[in-house]
Amino acid sequence: MSIKGTAHRVGAHIDTDAIIPARFLVTTDPDELGANCMEGLEEGWIKRVKKNDIMVADENFGCGSSREHAPISLLGAGIPVVVAKSFARIFYRNGFNMGLILLEVGDDFEKLGDGDQLEVDAEKGEIKNVTTGETITCAPVPPFMKGILDCGGLVEYVKDRLAK
Amino acid sequence: MGKTLAEKILQAHTEETVKEPGQIVRCNVSMVLANDITAPLAIKSFKAMGADQVFDKDKVALVCDHFTPNKDIDSAEQVKVVREFAHEKNITHYYEGGEVGVEHALLPELGLVGPADIVIGADSHTCTYGGLGAFATGMGSTDIAGGMALGETWFKVPPTIKVEIEGTPGKYMGAKDYILNLIGTIGVSGALYKALEFSGSVVDNLSIEGRMTIANMAIEAGGKVGLFPVDAKTLEYCKAAGRTGDVEMRADADANYERVVKINVTGMKPQIACPHLPDNVKPVDEVKDMQIHQAVIGSCTNGRIEDLREAAAVLKGRKADKNVRLIVLPATPNIWKQALREGLIETFMESGAIVGPATCGPCLGGHMGILAGGERAIATTNRNFKGRMGSLESEVFLSSPAVAAASAITGIITDPEAL
Repeated sequence: MSIKGTAHRVGAHIDTDAIIPARFLVTTDPDELGANCMEGLEEGWIKRVKKNDIMVADENFGCGSSREHAPISLLGAGIPVVVAKSFARIFYRNGFNMGLILLEVGDDFEKLGDGDQLEVDAEKGEIKNVTTGETITCAPVPPFMKGILDCGGLVEYVKDRLAK
Repeated sequence: MGKTLAEKILQAHTEETVKEPGQIVRCNVSMVLANDITAPLAIKSFKAMGADQVFDKDKVALVCDHFTPNKDIDSAEQVKVVREFAHEKNITHYYEGGEVGVEHALLPELGLVGPADIVIGADSHTCTYGGLGAFATGMGSTDIAGGMALGETWFKVPPTIKVEIEGTPGKYMGAKDYILNLIGTIGVSGALYKALEFSGSVVDNLSIEGRMTIANMAIEAGGKVGLFPVDAKTLEYCKAAGRTGDVEMRADADANYERVVKINVTGMKPQIACPHLPDNVKPVDEVKDMQIHQAVIGSCTNGRIEDLREAAAVLKGRKADKNVRLIVLPATPNIWKQALREGLIETFMESGAIVGPATCGPCLGGHMGILAGGERAIATTNRNFKGRMGSLESEVFLSSPAVAAASAITGIITDPEAL
């Protein structure tokens, strides 16, 4: 599956309060959470995003709270992929569980500038920067987690287990 | 090769052989936790999984502590979802109203978590129970739903960083200062995907409450868990909380550590985490005289009885500055009662404090102490992210209870030694 979109570049240690501040945690609705995505970073940030745009971040993206509302708000905002130097642990796990694609690329995130047009092939683990013509590769997903993804996420994985 | 504490506990909960960091193992869990923000999502996922009953009605804790007492209709609706689920599934450990406490202070107090347990919680500060020697870690709601349904989860075995804390602490130095110093040293991603294991003479001398304060903030360095050895002191605490059968536990002498970080507390000044990350840590001398508008003493980091005693000792016979809102939130009903019996509540009231119920409210900018633009708070909480306690234009400084109390008195960030 290939995803084409514009890169939105953010910095290091983008925390879950920046992604979705606590005052919005009185709902679990993806559209409502999506409408307020990144409101803790900058008021009205969401206005610049189109469906299938791609978040590009420096290290430790998603640090802080365990709130699953964070990946849900990104998905609700129409952002299917986050590419980062590294992810915070709980957010990484939540992303997979929610079906948000997370690609860890180390220092190569520097090659993806704000506003660049990107094409992401999550299966192959490749990100093509259409603007610069450069392609970068990402760390493979561990087989156990790939198994969860192949089931269609953790909900389906547990559903299968319960049925057995 | 010997095992670290993290490896030992994981091994005790899995049929697989724990060999090395990076390996993925499936473990059974001792307790699964969620709160009023994260439980509604977990319940949604639990239902989507087609689960009928929780794996064990005595091993699920649902604690409505974040937006409670309910701040608005939406938060009341969320708690209603949790309450109805708890009743329907006959869950033993459901807490709200006068029974509720800040989850990570409440569960240890009730003896629901302890040594060598594996605890997963839909709250990032679940790592607090590492102070009791539990492999306890935060996860998202869907992982918690899986845990509630199956009674197990998966872990990547973490590499361990050993932290040795040695030296002779000064009068107003304590657990909060040591953990802030560590986070300042290794950074907010310094322990990313890793376990922290604490040792050294300072750790041996720390109370269990102090150890929980340190373990609580392991996540602020990116850590999966913050673990303390289980010694006689731990067993005494657990016994008083009504637990039986706990035994001492230490890492093997030949355990494999990725790195050793040594901290010497001799001569160290109280530590302050400045905006907007918990690793922006400076000694109090470098930030003194900074004007504050609010001081918050409470939370899962520093809302226990020992913390309240520390703050009250500084506040006794003194008044908070008239330009400072001093908010004190004992973390559980039992802590509240104890503080009342000891006269601490009276001390707080006489100093001009607002003494509130057990709630996480202000820590996450939920309610009961939101900051306006341009306002600055000093808090004994665990995070100072931009906008964490309210306006994006506000600032939060993190400190120990003694420093927060001293600062409330003067209206500027203050070393209690200077009072």
